[in-house]
This record gives sequence, structure tokens and C-alpha cells, in this order.
Amino acid sequence: PKQPITPRRPSLPLASRPQRKEKNKKNSNKKKGKRREMMAESIDINGGIEDVEYEYESMSSSEVLEKLEESWQNEKFSPELLPPKTEFIKSMMDQIKTMEENLEHFPKGDFVASIHKLELDRVKYIICSYLRTRLHKIERFIWYLLEHSSTHRQSSMSPEELIYAKQYAQNLDSHLQSLVLKNVPSNLQQVDKKKAIPRPNLDKYVFIRGLEQRDNIPLDTNDETADTINIELNSQFILPYKPVAELVQSGAARLI
Amino acid sequence: KKKKKKKEEEEKKRMFGEKALELLRELKRAREGTLPPYNEDVIRRVLEEMRVLFEQNQQEVRATTDGEEGLFSGIQLRHACLERNQRCLLAYVYNRLIRIKDMRWGIGAILPEEFRLSLCEQETQWFQRYNRGLASYMRSIGDGNLDLTQYTSPPKSLYIEVRCVSDYGELATDDGTVVQLKKDSQHHLLRSQCEQLIRLGILEHIQ
Repeated sequence: PKQPITPRRPSLPLASRPQRKEKNKKNSNKKKGKRREMMAESIDINGGIEDVEYEYESMSSSEVLEKLEESWQNEKFSPELLPPKTEFIKSMMDQIKTMEENLEHFPKGDFVASIHKLELDRVKYIICSYLRTRLHKIERFIWYLLEHSSTHRQSSMSPEELIYAKQYAQNLDSHLQSLVLKNVPSNLQQVDKKKAIPRPNLDKYVFIRGLEQRDNIPLDTNDETADTINIELNSQFILPYKPVAELVQSGAARLI
Repeated sequence: KKKKKKKEEEEKKRMFGEKALELLRELKRAREGTLPPYNEDVIRRVLEEMRVLFEQNQQEVRATTDGEEGLFSGIQLRHACLERNQRCLLAYVYNRLIRIKDMRWGIGAILPEEFRLSLCEQETQWFQRYNRGLASYMRSIGDGNLDLTQYTSPPKSLYIEVRCVSDYGELATDDGTVVQLKKDSQHHLLRSQCEQLIRLGILEHIQ
């Protein structure tokens, strides 16, 4: 299995002072049901930046980063497009923006600031890689995903991705039409979308680690008499993706 | 003249579907990062072959409905050839698109001259529309200025040493200073700023 690429986020102790609330941040970061803590770190230098406290909410920023890393790895190793984790992305991007603004106040070449900047670069890498992996999967399985999203209520694509997918599909379709399909004999001018489209290979073998206890997972969903396995916390398995797809999507297991 | 006639005869003896395969072989042999020019010639011949097969089939279908026997396996064979040709043509066009996309993600929205010349007109239009779709997607996420084609590998350091491979001119760095990028000059710059120029081949990363 591939080694995880990024190290654990180092937690640098920074000075903190009694804080005041920032009202507008609270409104802009509200998401249905889920709220996030923004960085509780404040930076103390001569002349001082305003220390801003953000709403303390259910996840700390390092937890958001861990969740983001987990979603990123899941997306990389899964053969199908997983549900989008837009809250983590948004939250992380907001935090990055705040951090960058804070870092501007440091003198050029300051050591602590450059460590922070490197960390921000690495987080940006994770975000870019996550979104890129998703886009490439969408482009690859475009017909399958569009068909899936029109027949199922919940699509694995975020609204922005859906717009992109539709535009991409239309572009591809009109291109193939104009170059090939218009010019071939009449009985071949349509491509049979049922048979000829690429679909994700759900039988691909993956490594998983259990995050919760789950018993009696059938190894073959079509066969009643198939073997079942029990997944315990922190146990690791290598098996086809299909039986554990639900676990990964619900967060009970992760791909490594 | 004799040689030409011999070649034509050889061409006639070829199997159906071989010309279409030629297209795919040409594409497969091209080195990564290059694209052979759009082979209009071979495509036209494949379409011609398909037209001939189709007309023969139509003729035989009419004859069968008129009562003639024994034509069905011929019709099936020709139909299979037609389907194969269609599949090869689609695969050729589609895989060219994949190569063009790889260039977009690897180099940027502005393609190198020789690559651009290998694209046919429809491919250029497709590429423009693809860029527009990608740009509007990138604008719609986060606060709108995340370029997904950046950060292609995990950053291991903040600053990197680079050497200039060719003259580029001036580069304004993040902290306001202006750097002259002349051939063979070395600089210690922020990674995020150099990445684009490294990919274009203007700067070279010194390990």
C-alpha cells in the first residue's frame, strides 16, 4: 500500500490572548447543522494583530485537516466517485485564507512564518489533489455518472461538478458527432450508451482499515451463502471494493 | 506505374478494418507529449470503406426480402466490420482528446506551437470549450482563485533553487521584488511561483 504522503500536522504553540468575537465570520461559515471552529491560534507580534476568536464549534481545525486527508486518500484509492466533502474543503480554504492574511504581517524571511507558509502550501496541495482526482474520475466515467445522477436522488457530484460534467459531456458529444458519427452510414450514427460506456471497476481490490466495529459484512452481496467477515477497530483488510463500498462512504472504514 | 498498380492490388487484398487499426497504431506509437497530425487521409479511406460495406449490405438485405437465400452470413460479417470501424474511429478521436487534455493539465492553456499545429479545427474548438468549462469550474469553488493545475506534487520545501534555461524577462515575486530571469542565472525563489515556469521549461529545478 502506498505510504501516506503528508506527515501529521505539527502543532506549533503560538501565543494567545483573551479574545473578542468576530460576528461576520460566524455568519459566513454557517453550514446546515455542521459548524466548524476556525483557528483558535492567534498571532502575537509587536504592534499586534487583532486576535480574533471564532465560534467554537464541533471540530477543531486539525480535526478538519485529518478528515480532509482521509477523504483525499479515500478518493484516490476508490474506483468510484465518492460523495463530495465540500464542507471540509470550504472550511479549510477559509482557514487558509485567514492564515495567509495573518502571515502577511510577519517580517519577510521570518522562520516561523515560513514554516506556516510551507504548511499552507501542503494543505493546498491536498485540496488541489482531491479536487483533481474527482474531476478526472468525472471525465472518465462521464456518461455513467450523468445517467446515475439522473436516476438517483443523491448524486456523488457537487452542484458545481454537475455543471462541469454536463458541459463536458455536451462538448464531447458534439465533438464525436461532428468528427465521426455524422459521417458514418446511417445505422451507426448512435452509440449504444448502455453497452459502450466505461464504468468504474467495483471489484478492484483495495486496502481498508476499520474505523468502527462492523460485524457480518458479506463478501458477496449476491450470494446468500457467501463468507462474512467482521471488521474491528484498526483492523486492516485487502478485499474487493464492492462489499465495503458502503462502509467507506459512511465513514466506518477508510482506504489506505 | 507498375509499382503503383501492385500497391493498389495489395490494398484491395487487405482485410476490412485494417485501415482503421492503422490510425490507432499511429497514435499509440507517438511519444508521450506529442500528437501526430489529424490523419484526415486515412479517416476518409475508412469512411469510404464503411460506405461501400453499407451499400453492399443494403443491396443484400433488399435481395433477401425479395427471397434470395444464403446472404445472411455475408450481411452479418459486413455489419461486424462496420461496427469495428466505427469503434476504431471513435477510439482514435477520443484518445486524441485525452492527449490534448494531458497537455492542458501538464503545461497549461497555451499549447506549444508544434502541438497546436497537429490539432484539426474541431479539436481546437473542443479545446477552447474545455478550457472555458474548466476555468468556470475553478472559479466556482472556494473563493474563486484556486488553480487546480498547480501543486502537482507535495511541496517539500518553501523555497527552491532554480536555474534559468532561457531568457524570460522579469518576474515579480510575491514580496514585491523583481527578478531578472536571464539565461543561466540562478535564483532562490518561492516554490509556488516557480512551478508554472518549471513546467513550461523556462526554469530548471536544481536538486
